[in-house]
Amino acid sequence: MRLSEMKEGQSAVIIRVGGKGAFRKRLLEMGLVKNTPIYVEKYAPLKDPMELLVKGYAISLRVEEAALITVEALTDIH
Amino acid sequence: MEKKHITIALTGNPNAGKTTIFNALTGTRQKVGNWAGVTVEKKEGVITHGTYEIHVVDLPGTYSLTPFSMEEIIARNFIIDESPDVVVNIIDASNIERNLYLATQIRELDCKVLFVLNMADLAASKGVRIDAAKLSELLDVEIVYTVGNKGEGVTALLEKAVRLAEEGKPVQPERRVRYNRDIEAAIADLQSMIDAQGGLFYNSRWIAIKLLERDEIVSRRVSSEAGAAGKELLKKADVHRGRLADLFDDDLEIIMTDERYGFIAGFVKEVVTITKKNRVDLSRNIDLVLTNKFFGFPIFIFFIWLMFQLTFSVGAYPMEAIEKGFALLFFAADRMLSDGLFKDFIRDGVLAGVGSVAVFLPNILILFFCIALLEDTGYMARAAFLMDRIMHLIGLHGKSFIPMLMGFGCSVPAVMATRTLGNRKDRILTILITPFMSCSARLPVYIVLAGTFFPNAAGTVIFLIYLSGIVIAMISGRIFRSLLLRGEDAPFVMELPPYRAPMIKGLLIHMWDRARQFLKKMGGVILIGSIIVWGLSVFPRDISFSKDYAKELVDVQNAYQLKMDKIEDQALMRRLASERDEAVKNIIRAREKERTEKVYMGRIGKAIAPFFEPLGIDWRGSVSLLTGFVAKEIVVSSMGVLYAVEGHDQSALGKALRSSGMTPLSALSMMVFVLLYIPCLATVLVIMRETGAAKWALFNIVYSTSVAWSAAFIVYQTGLIFTAG
Repeated sequence: MRLSEMKEGQSAVIIRVGGKGAFRKRLLEMGLVKNTPIYVEKYAPLKDPMELLVKGYAISLRVEEAALITVEALTDIH
Repeated sequence: MEKKHITIALTGNPNAGKTTIFNALTGTRQKVGNWAGVTVEKKEGVITHGTYEIHVVDLPGTYSLTPFSMEEIIARNFIIDESPDVVVNIIDASNIERNLYLATQIRELDCKVLFVLNMADLAASKGVRIDAAKLSELLDVEIVYTVGNKGEGVTALLEKAVRLAEEGKPVQPERRVRYNRDIEAAIADLQSMIDAQGGLFYNSRWIAIKLLERDEIVSRRVSSEAGAAGKELLKKADVHRGRLADLFDDDLEIIMTDERYGFIAGFVKEVVTITKKNRVDLSRNIDLVLTNKFFGFPIFIFFIWLMFQLTFSVGAYPMEAIEKGFALLFFAADRMLSDGLFKDFIRDGVLAGVGSVAVFLPNILILFFCIALLEDTGYMARAAFLMDRIMHLIGLHGKSFIPMLMGFGCSVPAVMATRTLGNRKDRILTILITPFMSCSARLPVYIVLAGTFFPNAAGTVIFLIYLSGIVIAMISGRIFRSLLLRGEDAPFVMELPPYRAPMIKGLLIHMWDRARQFLKKMGGVILIGSIIVWGLSVFPRDISFSKDYAKELVDVQNAYQLKMDKIEDQALMRRLASERDEAVKNIIRAREKERTEKVYMGRIGKAIAPFFEPLGIDWRGSVSLLTGFVAKEIVVSSMGVLYAVEGHDQSALGKALRSSGMTPLSALSMMVFVLLYIPCLATVLVIMRETGAAKWALFNIVYSTSVAWSAAFIVYQTGLIFTAG
């Protein structure tokens, strides 16, 4: 599923980061690489952007950008 | 004894505590400037340590050395081209995995490097234990532990850095960062080609890796420096890239990023042990409230309100003191200098000009203190998080909101505040639209005009004016984004750093720095600007008046003297005296009015009057607007002079304006013009400095003035149609 489809408090593992060029590389450099566990901490009050916990820190992505990331949801382990 | 010189460069991720370490190292001996040709801040400090004079350069905080942004290019170029003696990489120990990404890239550069595990205490409290000896062995680097905000380990850092610099021999690590076998083979192949022709500007392995990653800057440099051999090299690199991309079924630079994280995961497993898991995280709890679905915005608005409150109400006290100080100087100049041009120059040119701007110093200091506080605590990132959705509508980043908001106070610090924006295009775009946020200096103009011509709806009119400013800023933002500053619509990939207690020392250093910049500017350009305006308003000195005012004055005084001599009644006497004074004032005012028309300023006003005619603004209004270029506060006082106001209160000005033929419609048109036209001299200068180019300042002048003219034209002309019909 897409990262953008996940709800607050859900965990997943990154399968693939889509998108193009510099943006994609930037995401990877920030540690959103394959097999990385990811946790949806919250959505902003206006439902965009979202806050994620990854590799021990918090990162914020816009929903449209999160839609480019394919994840596999983990069931209730966080 | 002759001191030996060493240069050390500090690198690290944003939020890794780099600035804190830099402040701890250099204290107040730091200098801030801009990197040549760009507006990224350059911080440097010189310290003495034993027999060494150490030059500390704080490189911009980056997540990697891949050249996406100005910051990354600067950090990388500095290491490659300036070859500092030691590169100190500051790593947030509590967030080690991501921080090690930059660290491995720096390790790959094969320069002399020292790793600093900062915030070791925080990491320990999070239950993260790092085996420094093992990490040091695995990466073959020296490691120091620090707690930056307590200054712990800073001396050890300096000592190790000096020792590293002394060692002299280039570091050739045996356990360098390794890639997959196929990639290593490609690297070795390119490396041998580079070595075969005698090497290039940096070590051959690094260049080979960058060519494989299709690093544009390195590729360009290779082809320009190595000519035909360089072309050959690039072609070969492309062949390897194509082959490897097929093999891994993805772009090679992506694979290499993946690989780096792969081996980082490797040593993290070996080096880091986590003892306590999922301990209560204070920062997350604070965020439960501060970015809460329901409370997030109200709290945010409250903070902003508080910031303004502090800036403009607390700032008013020292403002008064500064005003008094200048009044004192004024008085002293009056007493000590003999009457004449020089006295006028000092008093009305220098003191009045600089004084009118100097009063903003406290506001600027307080505002920057607040902003530094928001930044250092980590709240600024949350503000951007909250506002991003709204700002995205005009093609901007959530972070742009802060400068725009500050624009309601004063555009000068607002433009300076865009420094918190990483992306250059975002910065320029924000800088260009910020002056449309009506600054506080424009308010007096609205108060006079709206109060005079819309006495029953002044508040509403002023509110609508402010609102128009916001709307025009947003429309302009959209237009600039789609026409001028296209491309790289910066993705919103932003770290939300943990909340941290701010350090007073850091806040004060930041504030002092801004104050110094502001004072420097005042001493320079504003001084010159106000002298020019003063000059235009007093020259030429010998004006041929249409009437002999001096004679008129004497006549009036004599006439009253005659009358008063005949009267005994004290009350009548007093009335006559005040009548006389009034008549004298009128003559002086008439003389002043004629003088104003005939000095250069007046002539300019008459010359530009046709430009303002379609807006319903007469030549006096035009001149007032012109003087507003120095500072918007001057508009009202210029109107006072030009419309020859009787008395000093606003209702008098209102009366004079009405009797000059100004209508509510032309007042509205003038307000719209004041809202949108050219920002003040200080703002234009700060735009020039912050964008690093005169062309943006010029563009801003032309754009805002055309928008102002068009908007005022539309308002006035459609208004005419309605009032006529």
